[in-house]
Amino acid sequence: MIEVENLTKEYGEFRAVDNISFTVEKGEILGFLGPNGAGKTTVMRILTCFFPPTKGKVMVAGYNCFEDSLNVRKRIGYLPQRVPLYEDMKVNDYLRFVAAIKGTPAKEVNRKAAKVMDDCGLSDVSNKLISTISGGYRQRVGIAQALVNDPEVLILDEPTVGLDPKQIKEIRNLIKELAGKHTVILSTHILPEVSILCGRVIIINKGKVVAEDRPENLATESAKRMLLRINGNAQTIEQELSRVGGIEGVEREQASGDGNGFIVVLEDEKQGRQGIQAMIERNKFELVEMRLLEISLEDIFIKLVTKEEV
Amino acid sequence: MNIRNVSLILNRELKSYFSSLTVYIVIIMFLLMTGYFFYNLTATFSIVSYQAQSDPMLAKQYQLLNINETVIRPLFGTIGMILLMMTPLLTMRLLAEEKKTGTIELLLTFPINDVDVVLGKYLACLVVVLTMILLTVTYPILLVVLGEPEVVPIGTGYLGLVLLGASAISLGLFTSSLTENQIVSASISFAMLFFFWLISYSAPLVSAGLGRFLSYLSINEHIESMSKGVVDSTDIIYYLCFIVLFLFLTLRSLETKRWR
Repeated sequence: MIEVENLTKEYGEFRAVDNISFTVEKGEILGFLGPNGAGKTTVMRILTCFFPPTKGKVMVAGYNCFEDSLNVRKRIGYLPQRVPLYEDMKVNDYLRFVAAIKGTPAKEVNRKAAKVMDDCGLSDVSNKLISTISGGYRQRVGIAQALVNDPEVLILDEPTVGLDPKQIKEIRNLIKELAGKHTVILSTHILPEVSILCGRVIIINKGKVVAEDRPENLATESAKRMLLRINGNAQTIEQELSRVGGIEGVEREQASGDGNGFIVVLEDEKQGRQGIQAMIERNKFELVEMRLLEISLEDIFIKLVTKEEV
Repeated sequence: MNIRNVSLILNRELKSYFSSLTVYIVIIMFLLMTGYFFYNLTATFSIVSYQAQSDPMLAKQYQLLNINETVIRPLFGTIGMILLMMTPLLTMRLLAEEKKTGTIELLLTFPINDVDVVLGKYLACLVVVLTMILLTVTYPILLVVLGEPEVVPIGTGYLGLVLLGASAISLGLFTSSLTENQIVSASISFAMLFFFWLISYSAPLVSAGLGRFLSYLSINEHIESMSKGVVDSTDIIYYLCFIVLFLFLTLRSLETKRWR
């Protein structure tokens, strides 16, 4: 549905996007992850034909974004980052305007606007001025205007930024419902959002793709860490632990309750586990706790993003 | 160009105009100022006419007693100048505001051509300016009721005002496309409009040929002859070229924004 090939965008001397390629299948939700200034918004603006790329080819729904911009724009719904809306319009007037300008036949404009207000839970505020509604409703109006012409592709730039936890949950549910019917690309720098919403994630940093996979695969690829709590002489344990095969490193960890805490980075999970077990039996230590630490996307993200600088 | 899209943009802009206070204030100020000068001109005219009854020498100065020459022609000049001072206040928000608030990002990613956006916004402002001009029709109507002015110069004078206003909007829309700051847009508009207003002043300083050219460039020279009742095709062509030129530049300016 979306094909991006060797996309590069330069602002003068500054290269905001550097030779990015990726594809998105129909019905997929793709997460676009990266720190601020990574180039997420630039990629989205190119996908929505707001400006053309410096180099590279971008195809959306079978049309070239540069040569066939009108045909692409007919098939996308776009929610820009700060949700820019016409403050002086009422919610329903605004959605009718957007529906009409996106080419909905005059007879159907009212029906489509009413439907999308219903879907996005906007019926309560349909007669209010956009300048007077709350941030959560604003965001929903933004999503509603993107959805109003039933586009094949939805491009959402940080759809949950600045909302309270309840609103974030509502918006996420709304986006989840869209999967399957629409192809969605959403950008965010909030990591749990990606694991909740997206089937696939692309991490970019400084304009380059640094990782691309399913969120759960990204987690398993990285080295595993294990928390141990063992009763006994802390120094001896640390020495013994560092001799065990299959272990990359040992760190002291402030443990609450019984025993000394250690964080062990495993090179080979099975070998390390067996080695630790043998070591404990040999030295007659008392094992209090032993568990694999779940790696959060945060860790992977920080690792990937800071790798180059180290 | 797509008529439906143009009219959608036009409608939205008009609603936006009339839901803000600015337009009402601009219209009221415009009417107060033009009304004041209309009163001055007619008052002077009636005093001179009254004095002429007892002073034959004064009456001989025929020019002074022609209502077309002493009231209507200066009135059009004044309304034209006030119009030029007011239009930048109406055009400054057209594109600059969309850039400031970011709504331009949605507007330019809607499936419509840039031409539709530019024309829709242009026509919306034109409707407002036409309303302003139309409201001043009360002045010549008063003159027709109370005196006996020639009607043709009034009609052609209004044609000139409409063309003048339409030109000022085109230039204002262009300056609005250059910046996201409305004040900057209005300032550039004022400067450019006054440049086109005063450029004929330097005509006497240069050679005759260049002088004629500078006078031709001047935006108010053309309304001058129209308020006398003369409609010259070169005047009409001047205004139409002015309008098309700045609409074209606006379009180009929007396009370069896409390229940056």
